[in-house]
Amino acid sequence: MRGTLTPRLWATTLGAALAAGVLLVAGILAGSSDLGVGDVLHTLFVGGDRTDYFIVFELRMPRVAAAVLVGASLGMAGALTQAFSRNPLATPDILGVTSGAAAGAVATIVLGGGAYAVGAGLLGFGLPVVACAGGLLTAALVYGLSWRSGVDSYRLILIGIGVTAALTGVVNYLVVRAQLTQAAAATQWLVGSLSGVSWTSVWPVAVTLLVVAPLALGQTRALEVGQLGDDVSVGLGVSLQRHRLVVLACAVVLTSVAVSAAGPIEFVAFVAPQVARRLAGSSRPPLVASALVGAALVTAADIVGRALMPWPVPVGIVTAVVGAPYLIWLLTRRSSAERTASA
Amino acid sequence: MPVTSPPRPAPGAGVAEPPRPGRPRRGGRRATLALTCAVLLVTAASLALGSNHLGLGQVVTGLLHPAEDTGAIVWGSRVPRTVLGLLVGACLGLAGAVMQGQTRNPLADPGIFGVSAGASLAVVVGVYVADLTSVLALLWLAFTGAVLATLLVFGVAALGKGLASPVPLALAGTAVTALLGALTSFLVLTDESTLAAYRVWVVGSLSGRTLEGIWPAVAIACVGAALAAANTRSLDTLALGTELAQGLGESLLRARLVGLGAITLLTAAGVALTGPIGFVGLTAPHLARRLVGSGHARLLPASAAVGAVVLLACDVVGRLIGGQSEVSVGVVLSVLGGVVFVAIVRRGRMAAL
Repeated sequence: MRGTLTPRLWATTLGAALAAGVLLVAGILAGSSDLGVGDVLHTLFVGGDRTDYFIVFELRMPRVAAAVLVGASLGMAGALTQAFSRNPLATPDILGVTSGAAAGAVATIVLGGGAYAVGAGLLGFGLPVVACAGGLLTAALVYGLSWRSGVDSYRLILIGIGVTAALTGVVNYLVVRAQLTQAAAATQWLVGSLSGVSWTSVWPVAVTLLVVAPLALGQTRALEVGQLGDDVSVGLGVSLQRHRLVVLACAVVLTSVAVSAAGPIEFVAFVAPQVARRLAGSSRPPLVASALVGAALVTAADIVGRALMPWPVPVGIVTAVVGAPYLIWLLTRRSSAERTASA
Repeated sequence: MPVTSPPRPAPGAGVAEPPRPGRPRRGGRRATLALTCAVLLVTAASLALGSNHLGLGQVVTGLLHPAEDTGAIVWGSRVPRTVLGLLVGACLGLAGAVMQGQTRNPLADPGIFGVSAGASLAVVVGVYVADLTSVLALLWLAFTGAVLATLLVFGVAALGKGLASPVPLALAGTAVTALLGALTSFLVLTDESTLAAYRVWVVGSLSGRTLEGIWPAVAIACVGAALAAANTRSLDTLALGTELAQGLGESLLRARLVGLGAITLLTAAGVALTGPIGFVGLTAPHLARRLVGSGHARLLPASAAVGAVVLLACDVVGRLIGGQSEVSVGVVLSVLGGVVFVAIVRRGRMAAL
């Protein structure tokens, strides 16, 4: 099974897009405050009182938009790293993005003032910028350290493991040493959450996705060829080092911006590409379908977390609870496409 | 057909001798010597160094006379730490080597089969529901959780494509790990007193442990090590790829069962004793592979030795840099281990899996 444009891939992409769209609408309609579906529709199309307007346009819409965009960014980033390294376990985390962002964010929380600063920081400016910078810098460090007249993906992975471990140690140390309230705030951030998302945190993710996604899609053919091994790629005229740099840079930028908006919703980048690949029956994770599955997953998880639970549950927890059983179910099914296409 | 294989035995004469994927290096004996010295050295350092300043002579006196004051320090604190560090490090290193051999994935660490996640969840549930705090209770909780989680992963993989390809195993493990981790985070975020207990346990520490409760863990670890030893040849064969392994007469089901049994028991023993210390299992096999090559007859013991040395050395460093409030071994291990690992990877060409 090869080639990017099989009918099954089209069907998967369309299906995922449809699911994401339906969930997007559902996300605007559903919520914890008792605003009926009719009220929401009325507010949207006719105009409601000030409270309803605020809830729909300033609370629910940015939140749903953030869920879709963050999910799409993480899904695509995961598809890039998994396809690039031909390793289903290689999420952008291994490039140190998440751990770098986490180290930045947790340091801000623990060293930079009390729990109040965290609440304000999540809404405002400071924490996301620090997290994003931490992610980008760490990824640059990993890439730089793996450079020895070129970057080899195996060495890159190992260096990523080392750097990630070091930063995780720092995060753990900070959490252990912090006061309990700060430790709780840090843990909350580390799980990943969309509460407190406003339009100001949505725009960077949207712009990044718009700029980076076309760049990433431009690498589709090189990724396809790359499945056959490095030597074949070079033989078929792929400039390996440039290809690697572009793919990794795309994954890193997508991930750090997404993480800075919503915290490390770690599981999405792993599960979305795997689900998309299995649904599409392709030999590597498809980029667009992975992004759409990611968007659908995070949006669904957010709806479950804020509307269906007795009390709000962070989206990072629900993603794993929703996504993991689905992947497990896919894994337990025998399919003939699987046998020819094990990643 | 592998041309390097020795003359083929008559049909039905048992399992064909698999060709060794990693040729034993010439420096094999030197590596053994170096590892033995390193273990002895780090053991001595662990006994001699700590937040209470004791001279070498006092330590020796203390070792010989447990009843005296110095004896109390040495036997009450340093000996348990040293024993635990060596034992847990060896367990995790060995488990990591079997794990990477089974999954043929350099990113696989013993935690990937949900072992650490299962243990963490069990501990958190225990603290949350019943306010359990005693070391022994947590040990058994962690062990039970670890075993249950592995059984779950194994069940998922077995229900699906079977155990032939390592990919579904790793994927199922990661999925289950994430699921259990999410439940753990949920409980921890709901209840601050659970978070207080959990954040200390999860880092992994050797301090404040006694040898109480170590014997069941030692027994479990021994069974695990025996299984790992029994798995040696299968791991070499599996390195050639599943199909070739089957062609060579390897029973995949048995190879997987023995290997997973070894991984589960070894990791569960380690996690139960000291909390989920992650980095050793991941990196010790990579370092050992550099020393002795990738034939598992040498790689397994070397990984165990490297794991023991690394864990105990980091514990000693943690005691020294923190002064009276020492830095726990899990933290030192990730930070220092991470940096050293990067340096090693940069210096040489790593032997690929």
